[in-house]
Amino acid sequence: MNLLTLCLLVPFAIAIACLMTGRVCALQRVFGVGGMAALLVVSGLLLERVSSQGIQVVQIGNWPAPFGITLVADLLAAIMVFVSAIIGLAVAIYSLSDIDPARERFGYYGFLHFMMMGVCGAFLAGDLFNMFVWFEVMLIASFVLMTLGGERGQMEGSVKYVILNLISSSFFLAGIGILYGKTGTLNLADLAQRADGLMEPGLLTITAMLFLVAFGVKAGIFPLFFWLPASYHTPPVAISAIFAGLLTKVGVYALIRVFTLVFTGDVFFTHGLLLVLAGFTMVVGVLGAVVQYDFRRLLSFHIISQIGYMILGLALFTPLAMAGAIFYLFHHIIVKTNLFLVSGVAQRYNGTFDLKKMGGLYAATPLLAILFFIPAMSLGGIPPLSGFFAKFAIVKAGLVGDSPFVVSGAILSAVALAVGLLTLFSMTKIWAEAFWKKPAVGHAVQLGAISRLDRILLFTPIVGLAVLTLCIGFAPEFFFDFATRAANQLLNPAEYIETVLGKATP
Amino acid sequence: MEFIMAITIGALYAAGAYLLLRRNLIKLILGIVFIGHGANLMIFTAAGLRQGEPAFVPPGVSVLPPTSADPLPQALILTAIVIGFGVLAFTLVMAQRADKVIGTDDLDEMKDSDR
Repeated sequence: MNLLTLCLLVPFAIAIACLMTGRVCALQRVFGVGGMAALLVVSGLLLERVSSQGIQVVQIGNWPAPFGITLVADLLAAIMVFVSAIIGLAVAIYSLSDIDPARERFGYYGFLHFMMMGVCGAFLAGDLFNMFVWFEVMLIASFVLMTLGGERGQMEGSVKYVILNLISSSFFLAGIGILYGKTGTLNLADLAQRADGLMEPGLLTITAMLFLVAFGVKAGIFPLFFWLPASYHTPPVAISAIFAGLLTKVGVYALIRVFTLVFTGDVFFTHGLLLVLAGFTMVVGVLGAVVQYDFRRLLSFHIISQIGYMILGLALFTPLAMAGAIFYLFHHIIVKTNLFLVSGVAQRYNGTFDLKKMGGLYAATPLLAILFFIPAMSLGGIPPLSGFFAKFAIVKAGLVGDSPFVVSGAILSAVALAVGLLTLFSMTKIWAEAFWKKPAVGHAVQLGAISRLDRILLFTPIVGLAVLTLCIGFAPEFFFDFATRAANQLLNPAEYIETVLGKATP
Repeated sequence: MEFIMAITIGALYAAGAYLLLRRNLIKLILGIVFIGHGANLMIFTAAGLRQGEPAFVPPGVSVLPPTSADPLPQALILTAIVIGFGVLAFTLVMAQRADKVIGTDDLDEMKDSDR
């Protein structure tokens, strides 16, 4: 069977299997972790295939390209699916200890795999309507995960999360309607080839704005991010970790996809707007983080500010900037998930997420301190770690000035550096509050709070992701080479179009 | 016909936007339903309205006559309606649960997790 379809079928089959076990938790756990491992293998093979043989395409049911359902894996999509599978496996292992039996009985692992299917589908979709459907699959599964348990905080967060994401879906749908009405096609490759000629430039830009709002809400860019810090800190840690790692990045991926393939007619306006939004996203996100004292809310605001860097890379629209954005994407998914996982362990020891009450973790568990230090410094962009190279590429791309935006690119590079400093500041804040200072009365570190088995289950994924961060940091050429090749595919869509539509089309 | 549809879509969006701004959770959900319907009608209208030309291939011919209605937008809308229905069911259950746990359906009261 084809690897592309397997990337969707594996999580689908596992999800069904999990639901069919009834309420036997032990079986669900085996399926849950085993399924993620299987997905990791399949997506690894896919990445290898795409890397060595070029873009892979499947026409479902053998209907030819602009008419049937198309799955496409170019290098960016393959990288994203692979990284998602890594995160999925890490979170599934962490969940074994973190998710309580009640949530497991109500189908936690099943919905986790449905969500993975939606995420992989959104990465691999070759036309906009299918991307919409996969977005909905992902969203509905994530709604269930967010509300699972039905605690008060969760319900408050879910209302905001659900409503704002549904509004963004309706914008997405409206954009699809107009695009189809004017061009008669929704296949991304076909649109890339023809949208410029078929639509009046003004109308194309308006449609671009509909998609910008739709994906912008999902990615959490500047005026549209308010659902994110209101909801991501409410569900159990494993769930918020996978949300933090993956879901906003699906929005960024979709933005990259449409703003490199379809909406490239009026780069000065569309990407100029993205540039401004990127600046605001970075600054507002990090300023929001600086005043927070809840461990996970602070990290949630950092997601927003980091999304700004990726959008900045997209907006600058040069090969280097795009490679930086892609590098940033996978670096950030790994690092951010890891930070959330660490916050969960810290909460178990201290009994709270409130940084003012936490403390003493460095003296009690130096291992946890190191495991926090690695992703935190990487997020702040300290040299030997992965975040430095991601930031370096984007800032350099803004300064060299071969993008359409010479002056504003340079200004935003300066903003990016300043935001990096503030990121470092709030990471030091967590370090000083949770790890160095003495805990508040009643919140002393209790090492007995986590049993030996739990410790293994919780620390394995954290150590794994930290090692991966170090690998990216110490061998950046290898990963950056990947990102550069993915960026070149995006900026020269001829190969993509040719592979999807076949060579016969003019 | 396009004119009437445009007015209808506009009215649905306007009503939806108004309801979204209300503090009551159920009204908010109704607002989303209206906007969803507006978007579906927009796909339908934007793809071109044709009267009395269903997308059937007449006997003896192998392709659709060029004047017949485009079946694809209808398929898209059908999918979108089904998804919208499922999401609406979920949202209503969520609203019921939120009302029970938080003890209010006033959105201004749901601020505890924001502090």
